[in-house]
Amino acid sequence: MKIPIHVVMTAIALSMTASVSTVSARDLIKIDGSSTVFPITEAMAEEFQKAERGKTMVTVGISGTGGGFKKFCRGETDIADASRPIKESEITLCQENKVEYIELPIALDALTVVVNPKNDWANHLTVEELKTAWEPEAQGKVTNWNQIRSGFPDRPLKLFGAGTDSGTYDYFVEAIVEGKSSRGDFTASEDDNVLVQGVTNDINAMGFFGLAYYEENQGKLKAVPISWKGGKPVGPSVDNAKNATYQPLSRPIFVYVNKDAVDKKPHVKRFIEFYLNNDHAQTLVREVGYVPLPSKAYTMALNKFTKRLTGTVFHGTEVGVGIEELLARAPQ
Amino acid sequence: MVKADVSQVSLPDLAGIVDANRRTDLVMAGIGISVLLIAMSLLAAVVIDLIVGGWPRLINPDFYLNFPSRHPLQAGIVSAWVGTILVMLVTAGIAIPLGVGAGVYLEEYAARNWITDFIEINVSNLAGVPSIIYGLLALGLFIHGFGLGETILTAGLVLALLILPVIIVSTREAIRGIPLDLREAAYGLGADKWQTVRLYVLPAARSGILTGTIVGLARAIGEAAPVITIGALTFIAFLPPSPLQASPPFINFEWLESPFTIMPIQMFNWVSRPQAEFHINAAAAGVILMVMTLAMNGVAIWLRYHLRRQVR
Repeated sequence: MKIPIHVVMTAIALSMTASVSTVSARDLIKIDGSSTVFPITEAMAEEFQKAERGKTMVTVGISGTGGGFKKFCRGETDIADASRPIKESEITLCQENKVEYIELPIALDALTVVVNPKNDWANHLTVEELKTAWEPEAQGKVTNWNQIRSGFPDRPLKLFGAGTDSGTYDYFVEAIVEGKSSRGDFTASEDDNVLVQGVTNDINAMGFFGLAYYEENQGKLKAVPISWKGGKPVGPSVDNAKNATYQPLSRPIFVYVNKDAVDKKPHVKRFIEFYLNNDHAQTLVREVGYVPLPSKAYTMALNKFTKRLTGTVFHGTEVGVGIEELLARAPQ
Repeated sequence: MVKADVSQVSLPDLAGIVDANRRTDLVMAGIGISVLLIAMSLLAAVVIDLIVGGWPRLINPDFYLNFPSRHPLQAGIVSAWVGTILVMLVTAGIAIPLGVGAGVYLEEYAARNWITDFIEINVSNLAGVPSIIYGLLALGLFIHGFGLGETILTAGLVLALLILPVIIVSTREAIRGIPLDLREAAYGLGADKWQTVRLYVLPAARSGILTGTIVGLARAIGEAAPVITIGALTFIAFLPPSPLQASPPFINFEWLESPFTIMPIQMFNWVSRPQAEFHINAAAAGVILMVMTLAMNGVAIWLRYHLRRQVR
């Protein structure tokens, strides 16, 4: 027992005095942030490391969008994965630490409203009907399917949704309820597989989550086409998200890149160019269950990156904005 | 009074009382066994479920040698199990000496006053603090305060803090259980306090201390929340530098400053993926994590057995 204690004490003493920056001689790219964006960044990192033949190392964490921005804005990471645009408070933090960032949309996620496959009444829903079910005023009052639409059967309504800390929840609430919060009396989980289970086992259930979870469980769930502003109901699919007809529940997801890191570390620049390469993006994003942007959007994003246009084009969460329109805006 | 009562009880009544007591014993034993059976079968169900679920990956050697990947069938746990072992080394190396030291001090040296009472109550309470709080503490103190970064050293420190209360409390219990005669004999031979503690009390208490250490380390190895908070990674396709090297001085401590991931985080990530193939990986990783816990505890139990024989 004595030797290990001695060794570890020496270890602690040494590491306290040694500088922390001696991690490795190899080039390192540090990424942290949203677990929603993680599968895409992981796929890109995996392929990029192969392409670089071990010269560059990429690490990806899942602290969540908020946690990721905290580290990013302190200059601790090179890239932040984000499932929503940067918030005012985070912009301020970045400014305080003189971190300039380039905002790049990298894929779309189609939030999918699902019901049990035995549910034969809800063949489409309007945004207004979803609002009736989810708005804060509905709490404790809207508890039956026939309150959503008078033609619906007299059945209790069971709601399942993403946890209130997630970007998925933020976006859904913004798009459907047009506010900051929904009713509180629904089954919330950070783990979308729990929601899949819940809707699968309850004929009276309604839930929402990302398209990938619906696609992997198609036999067990029924996706509901959504009608927005009196338009035709549109079902969630890769094509409908890509051509911007599935609205307002298609949302862009992002990476934010530290401008300083791009200028000083050529490997960070190479990684982003790899990420935004249209061929890589179209295959890899699709492979992990997300919707790639239209090809033109990747060209525009790469162009924005090359010009090092810093700042965000968002002012709070916006819904139903086409991706090309977003990229054409001048960031502030 | 008592004597009078006994003399009044007739013989057949006595036999009746004995029978009744035996019945109670049987019932209690039955309840005990069924509780044990329920607990064991639940545990067995979990283990069997994980093994059956993860079997296709468990028998594949690539699973142990590959880095994480977006392809479930190519994804492996090498960065996770190496990370877990290194973090546990740091945790054990810090928590055991600090915890035992604090326990010895509180039990043997500390004056009985309100400050000691205050410390005692706090140590006991700390054992019940949710682990995420330790993660937040570490984020503020070790990472932002001391600038240690998101490294193996930081993770080891957090988990060490997390299990310190367990080790302190069990050390104190173990020391308290040692008969006063032993101490008095040592003093009688002219030993001073430190000699008594070092040469007699600690060796006699070692097995109890090790039991507490096992409980603590078994908790630490499965923790994900505090380690995610301090920024353990999920995708990392390289290993920390080796602690051993070919050229003098043969050991190095660069690995303490390396980025890392650990098994529970890898599992957590796989469980939450949409593709069912990743859930197989998660089950397999769960089995390996249990095997690692068992192996670690096995070493501690072997050590305890060995030390017990030495004491005699």
